[in-house]
Amino acid sequence: MRAVRYLALSVAAVVFLIPFYLVLRNGLASEQEISAPSWRFWPREIRWENFASLFSDPSVPLVRSMVNSLVVAVLQTVGQLLLCGLAGYGLARIPYRYANVVLYLVVATLMIPAAVTFVPTFVVVSSLGWVSDLRGLVIPGLFSGFTTFLFRQYFLGFPRELEEAARIDGLGHWGTYWRIVVPNSRGFFAALGVIAFVTSWNQFLWPLVIAQDQDAWTVQVALSTFLTAQSINVSQLFLAAAVSILPLVLVFLGMQRFLVRGVTEIGIKG
Amino acid sequence: MRNGRAFWLFVGPFAIGLLVFVYVPIAWSLLLSFFDARNTVTPTSFVGLRNYADMLTDKPFLSSLGTFSVFAAFIVPLTFVLALALALLVNQISFMQAFFRSVFFLPTACSYVVASLVWKLSIFNGVRFGLANTVLGWFGAEPIAWTVSTSPPWYWLVLVTLRLWLQLGFYMILFIAGLQRIPQHLYEAAWIDGASRGWQTLRHITLPQLRTTSVAVVLLLLVAAYQAFDEFYNVLGTDRGYPPFARPPLIYLYYTALGSGGQDFGHGSAGAVILTLLIAGVTLLQGRVITR
Repeated sequence: MRAVRYLALSVAAVVFLIPFYLVLRNGLASEQEISAPSWRFWPREIRWENFASLFSDPSVPLVRSMVNSLVVAVLQTVGQLLLCGLAGYGLARIPYRYANVVLYLVVATLMIPAAVTFVPTFVVVSSLGWVSDLRGLVIPGLFSGFTTFLFRQYFLGFPRELEEAARIDGLGHWGTYWRIVVPNSRGFFAALGVIAFVTSWNQFLWPLVIAQDQDAWTVQVALSTFLTAQSINVSQLFLAAAVSILPLVLVFLGMQRFLVRGVTEIGIKG
Repeated sequence: MRNGRAFWLFVGPFAIGLLVFVYVPIAWSLLLSFFDARNTVTPTSFVGLRNYADMLTDKPFLSSLGTFSVFAAFIVPLTFVLALALALLVNQISFMQAFFRSVFFLPTACSYVVASLVWKLSIFNGVRFGLANTVLGWFGAEPIAWTVSTSPPWYWLVLVTLRLWLQLGFYMILFIAGLQRIPQHLYEAAWIDGASRGWQTLRHITLPQLRTTSVAVVLLLLVAAYQAFDEFYNVLGTDRGYPPFARPPLIYLYYTALGSGGQDFGHGSAGAVILTLLIAGVTLLQGRVITR
């Protein structure tokens, strides 16, 4: 029984890893090899020089789009943790007459997936003049009702004794939050931060809509443009894809603990 | 009063952003949906409910809802069953458990664009030497055109397996978390009562105990399928446009509001409002079922 389990898991694991292998294989093979009449699992030769030609080809805006993606992902991660963390704490811990009204407005947005409202958001962002602009790429994604809601639920369960001790020491809400609550919630911030980073790096629809000039493309938009084009250098495209997943694979290997926690928080409270 | 100041200090910046980037767009679109607005985001002439009438009688719009239904009918049960199976398998082993969990979770690091690239140009590239056709060849089957074929089911197989690969690990993690919350003594009691370790405990203990997780997983899967865009756009779209079939709602909306035929924000807004109402209705209904 145990052997059957391990056999099933191993077969599944190989199937799951094949697509990753294919990205690397096709990226490092020659064009002739990729379109060879018979399929070979291992390419005849590994062409490391593909890297050099990828980065020296001026028609492929890979570096520029990777930098754009990185800037957008970092700003969205930091911005979301800052704004949604503060809001979540205020909603959880500061009694105020209209707090419930604000909470209802936040919860109401949970029923509406952001992607479904891309047309309305585009209408507003374009009248602000933010098309093909970093502000248009980053700012609309900062105000996640979902993240704020998760923070609120988390802070509701934060040990009150710690906060009361801070109060006795003369700290107000602001000081308590930054000196006591945040340093004691690093794991939770890391969990939601990793999720925000991965989501931002991989998002496609919004950057496609808003980053219309080539200079504003994120790496996903750049890859997609070449993928849907008629004539392409297939091996270069695969190598670019390999480079584009590298940052996330590193995040996965280094922060998987937080990622798993974040996914669990989202699935259970969401 | 002092509390009011502290409250807005914390919540104010977020609340303003929520207003400007969520509520104002929805209100503006609601307004636009009653107007003609072609190539402009300001309402031009009032048309009443005509945009809505156009959308609701538009064949492609209705068939996009049909496309979503077909997609959901495949992807929701398949992901559910396979993610649960993986979770049960991974949860039962001790040696190399972390390794297998990581491998199944790793595709989450991949974007739909990269997955589309692999599926479209490598596995299912439709020529004789593509990976899928090579494997078919071992069994003596003829090569299949996959994504360039216009008749189901072939492009469905491509789209469904792609999404399965990408999202299975995420839902497996949710099921593992659910499994680990089941109290061990329930199983011990069942074994003492003579229940077998396999099917009987699964049927009478594991599945009922996973009810909350299962409802959450189904809801998340449905909402995710409703928003399907990335893989459809990248697998089936070309720079000449998108084929007239297999258009889920967001693909349809994208080409209506922002497509090459000019920007039409009146109809686009009406479509967005209809789609928002539909999904909000489903989530509300589901919420009722959970809290009941």
